[in-house]
This record gives sequence, structure tokens and C-alpha cells, in this order.
Amino acid sequence: MRLAGDSEVSTLETPIGPATGRPPFLSQLHEWVTTVDHKKLGSMYVVCGIIYMIIAGLEASMMRWQLAWPGQTVLTPEEFNRLFTMHGTTMVFFVGMPILLGSANIMIPLMIGARDLAFPRLNAFGFWLFLFGSILLYFSYFGGQGLYGMGSAPDVGWFAYAPLTERTYSRGHSTDYWILGIFVAGIGSTATGINFIATILGMRCRGMTLMKMPLFVWIMLVDAILIVIALPPLAAAQIMLLFDRLLGAHFFDAQAGGSALLWQNLFWFFGHPEVYILILPAFAYVTEIIPVFSRKVIFGYPLMVAATVAIGFISLGVWVHHMFSVGLSPLINAIFMASTMLVGVPTGIKMFNWTATMIGGKIRFDTPMLFSIGFLCQFLMGGLTGIFLATVPFDWQVSDSYFVVGHFHYVLFGGLIFGILAATFYWYPKVTGRMMSETLGKWQFWLLIIGFNMTFGAMHVSGLLGMPRRIYTYQTERGWDLWNLLTSIGVIFQIAAFTLFAINLLHSAFKGRRAGDDPWDAWTLEWSTTSPPPAHNFDEDPVVYSRRPLWDLKHPEDPDWKYE
Amino acid sequence: MSTAPMTAYPTPPEALPQDGMSNGKFGIGLMIVSEITFFGTLIAAYVFYIGRDINPPYPQDVLEVSIAPFKVLFNSVFLLISSVWIWLAVRAMRKGRMGAFIFWWALTVVCGAEFLVGTGMEWYDMIVNDGVWIGTNLFGSGFYTVVGFHAFHVTMGLIVLTLILILALLGHVTPRNVEKIDLVSWYWHFVDGIWIVVFSVVYIFGNQAIT
Ligand SMILES: [Cu+2]
Repeated sequence: MRLAGDSEVSTLETPIGPATGRPPFLSQLHEWVTTVDHKKLGSMYVVCGIIYMIIAGLEASMMRWQLAWPGQTVLTPEEFNRLFTMHGTTMVFFVGMPILLGSANIMIPLMIGARDLAFPRLNAFGFWLFLFGSILLYFSYFGGQGLYGMGSAPDVGWFAYAPLTERTYSRGHSTDYWILGIFVAGIGSTATGINFIATILGMRCRGMTLMKMPLFVWIMLVDAILIVIALPPLAAAQIMLLFDRLLGAHFFDAQAGGSALLWQNLFWFFGHPEVYILILPAFAYVTEIIPVFSRKVIFGYPLMVAATVAIGFISLGVWVHHMFSVGLSPLINAIFMASTMLVGVPTGIKMFNWTATMIGGKIRFDTPMLFSIGFLCQFLMGGLTGIFLATVPFDWQVSDSYFVVGHFHYVLFGGLIFGILAATFYWYPKVTGRMMSETLGKWQFWLLIIGFNMTFGAMHVSGLLGMPRRIYTYQTERGWDLWNLLTSIGVIFQIAAFTLFAINLLHSAFKGRRAGDDPWDAWTLEWSTTSPPPAHNFDEDPVVYSRRPLWDLKHPEDPDWKYE
Repeated sequence: MSTAPMTAYPTPPEALPQDGMSNGKFGIGLMIVSEITFFGTLIAAYVFYIGRDINPPYPQDVLEVSIAPFKVLFNSVFLLISSVWIWLAVRAMRKGRMGAFIFWWALTVVCGAEFLVGTGMEWYDMIVNDGVWIGTNLFGSGFYTVVGFHAFHVTMGLIVLTLILILALLGHVTPRNVEKIDLVSWYWHFVDGIWIVVFSVVYIFGNQAIT
């Protein structure tokens, strides 16, 4: 017996709950609140992330309504400032982070053949800190009035530049909610990152050497290392800001010799690795999906590992590219321009490897693969405009314009969200035991491709025409009308796409086709157990001989371990 | 999928070598890494602000080490030597000598507590006599944040150390727990190690930069 779940004898049919009737609501709730199971915690992460994605998407939609025509008065300037702050903060910290932590939570133990994470209770702690932090941020809409009766939700932008965040300029407690909400969630993410690393290094099943791990696990390992290195500096910077605001310290107070530039340095020392923390999981998803739907092994496994590690290293040394327009010395600008361009090399290697995996493969255009191909195309465009922006003179020209907004949405929406959608369609059957609707998925894909490129493609043009980001309205004679209207119309397509997605998620949970253990004919260990997996994951500890243990099992006449 | 003939399989792989390193060691080691980046950021900010203050008092007016090195140095020696005591405590436990363990462990707690008392007296002196508080100037902001966060970590460590001491006195700690006790000592060594950096930056390097 090589792999659990393979034998008909020992497969558990229903892991949780009796077959007749559901347990009463309260005991179910108790079960979810007290759980330390990685699959349940992971699912809660993802569900919360999707809920916050809807909230932050609605915030963006309101901004686009305001900007659809010149001179609109849907929102006041103050409301607009709060909306772009909350939209950015939510998307980064309470959509990207929980979904990546949740997916890694569910998949890492299943892929390495482990029973759970190394520290299950620490894992639960991390989840509840995330949830509490996010609620703290949103509570600012009610509690942010503070003693001065000013402010509501935070309105200082997601990177909260000093000295705007100092007590003098940001009265009330809205900025304190921004600091504390992210600080609390950040502690949870750091703890979970530590948990992932300990799990990956210490709990792999027999035979799974580092170079036999699925690339998903490799990429998440690098991701977790970045989390552990990059999140504490943000916490430290936030502590300094909090002391400035609450205890009267002077870290970012220019009148006492403090430096606003220090905040920028500290924030982006976290902030740039953070965008890699967000995008690496998307790499992880498509690296698993593309080979399965091309019916080929991933092209250049060792090179993918090396590129991932290289991206991790380089991403820690490029943060100043967010500060080119500050007026640092030409030497510093040149150094960081070079290091930023350098990231393009390992990222390019990955693009080529994904493409090379598809070439000559028998490609199946199921929804996970569609979104993965969408990811490749959209992320490529984001990467290319990223190279434009890394060029100092070009950056000076378009810094803080809608060109930048368009660029990072191609990276984070076209990259991360497309990756998340691919991953959702791919692993939903494993987590719930049911398939999502392919028809709805394909409709969603094409609506999203249209809406996405309309919205964010047009932003590049309005940015080049000089439209600054974060303005709440504009005059008609600036020539931005058409492009803003296109951007806003695109949002309608996106809302339609995500409505289909929500319907699909909910409907499939009850009415979806039964998935079986291995609906995609895939090769990694998670597909060897039942869908959903039993609480203990595997009936027998798996043993692996190659990078594709299920291939070996299905093709004993031609197993991978003969060639690796 | 049918269960295929397994005879072709190579010999089953050995259990992986990482089994020797416990999850706890990975966990505490990584926690220390994240703490180092946290302190590293605070200390970097402190170093960045050395010599940029535009309001007195400056460090050399207040910090004692150059004039009367006795006090702060005295406290530091207590903290640093406690690393030796805790090492001896863990070693004693490894050999199963619980009496010696309790002795060295208690000595660690006493030394750590002395350091905290010393910090408290120094702060009292600075606040009351020199009138420096976190809002006074850049030096005050940096000093109380960096030294304060270190003292906070010492306090957390002391709470854990004391709890273990009580449990040991009640007989609930046995040599079987030595691996977990060892992890606590890792944290304590980290707290001591960071103090060497903080001390060098705040009391030596930062104290002479402006003259
Ligand atoms: Cu960047």
C-alpha cells in the first residue's frame, strides 16, 4: 500500500457529522469557533477573504460611479478619501493575505502528506487575530469619531504617508484604527508564516525530499519566509507612528527633527516584499494548474525553485522604486532601478517555464486553465508596465498618476485575483466535494476579461494624459472624460462577473456535481484522499517516490521516479 | 484506478532527516528571526536619528555610561550573565539534577529581575531629574521605544521563567520536559543578545556621536 485513499477498504465517506440530519446550529458554530483543523481554518480564511473582496469591490465601484463623469457629486471629497484608503487597505491586508494564508493552510499539509500544520492552535490564533484586526479596521466607521468629533474611517491612503498621519493633520482616531487593525492582523500573519515554514521543513511525508516537493509548497515556503522577514518591520514602524500619535513621540514629526522620509523607507521596506507576498501565491496556484491541464510535467522544476528563491531575495532590495519622485540622489535611484529591473529576470524565467509547459501539451480549457491563461496574459502586461515604471525618468513622468493605478491593478488583480479564481475553481471540488459550474465559470471568465481590460487598460491612458490618482473629481476640459467613462463601464462587467462567481460558489456547494477524489486527473497528494478530506487527511501516511506521486500510482508501467 | 503491481517500486525511502529537528525548534528559531527584524527596524530608526535632534537634552547629557559607567554596566552584566545561569540550568536538567536546575533557574530569574529594577531606576532618574520623556525630543522618543521594547521582552521572559520556576518547585517539571525548557532558554538568550546591540547603539555609539 503506497498511498492513502487509494484502497476501497479504508476510505472514510463522511468525516464530520452523522449521516442523518445536521447537528444543531449552536453546536456547529461551536465546532467552527473552536476548531484547530487546518482545512476548516483555511476555509474560514478564504470565505472571509471573499466577503472582504466583495466589500472592497463595492467601495471601488462607488469611487468609479463618482468618477464616471466630470463634476459628479455622488461622494464628498472626505468620503472619497476614506473609500480609496479602505479599498486599498482591505484588498491588501484582508483579501490578499487571508486568501493566500487560507489556501496555503488547506493545501500545504495535504500536499506534503501531513496530518495538520506544525502548530494547530497557533494557526487558530493567527486566524482569529486576522479576523479581529479586520473588524477593528471596519469598526472605525463607527468608532473613529474620537475625542475631536472628526474623522470616520481612515483617510490617509493605504500607505499612510507621514506627516499626514501625525496628530496635527489626522485628528480623531481613524488613523489609530488603521494602525491597530493592521498591526493585530500582522501578528497573526507572522505567526502563521512561522507555522508554514516549520510545517514544510519538519513535517513532510516519507520520501518527500525538498526537491520532490510540489512547487506550490516551494513557493509558499519562500512566501512564508518573506512574511516572517517583512511584516515585523511594518509592525515596528506602526509602533513608532502610534507612539507619535498617542504618546507625543517625534519619530515622524519634522518640526522636532523627525523624518517623513523614514516612514516611506520603513513602509516600503515592508510594502514591496508585501506585493511579492501577494503575487507569489498566484504563481503557486498556476504552477500547479497549468501542468495538470496541459497533461505535461512542469517545465524546468529546478529553475522554478531557483527563480522563486531569487525573487524572494531580490524583492527585499528594491523598495526605493516607490520613492523615485522624492528626490533622492541619482546614485541611489540608479541602484534601485537596476535591482528592480533584476526582478524581471526570475519572473521572466517563470513566464517562459509556464509557456513551455503548455507548448506541445494536450491543453484542456476548463475554467481553472482559462483563468490561469488569463493570469499569464494580464500579469505579463502588468510586469511590462512595471519595467516602464522602474525606469526613473519614466517614473518621474507618471508617478502618482492613473498609469500607476492601472499598472498595479494589472499585477494584483490580473495576477493575484485571476490566480485566486483559477485556484478556487481548481480546488473547490477538493474542499467541498462538489464541482463548480463550468458554464457559469466560463461566462464569468469572459465578462471579467472584458471588464478588467476596459477598466484598467483605460486607466493607463488617463494616467498618461496626466490624471493624478486619488482625485475625487475633475473638470471636463482635461480630456479625461472618455477614458474615465470606459473605466467605469468596465466595472459593470466586473460586477456581473463577480455576481456569477458568488452564485456559482453558493449554488455549487449544495447542487454541484459530486467531484470524487480526483476530478482533474491530477498528480499531487491532495487528490489521493477523499473530497472533502477526512479530519485526519490520510488514512495511511503517504510515501512518495517522485514529484508526481499520483502519476506513479496511475502509471506503474512508466513511473516518474525512474527518471528523476 | 486499480492498485497496480507494486513490485517495481524501489526500496521505500528512509524517514527524512529533518525528523531530528523538532517543530518547536523551528518555531522558536523563526520567532526569533521575526523579532530580530522587528528590533532591527527600531534600532535602524534610532541610528538614523542620532545627531539629528534639534532640542536638548542630548544623550551625553543624560546617559550615564560615559561618566558613571557603573550603573548601566552593572545592570547589563546581571542580564548577560543570566544567559550563563540558564544554560547551566538546562544542562543540569539534561543530567536529571532537578535541584541544580531549580537553583540556576532561580538565579536567572533574580538576575533578570535585577535588570528590570535597574532599568526602572534609570528611567525614574531620567524622567524626574533630567526631565526626559518620550515626547521631550527625538532622543527621548527613540530611547524609550527601543529600551522600552527590550524591557518589555525581558518582562515577558521573566513571567514565563517565573511560571516555570513555580511549576518546578511544585514538582510539575521533570527532566522529560527538557526540550521545551531548552526552547525557553533560546528566547532568553535572544533577549540578552539583543541587549548587547541595544547597549552598544544607545549607550556607546549614540552617546559619542554628537560632541
Ligand atoms: Cu515595489
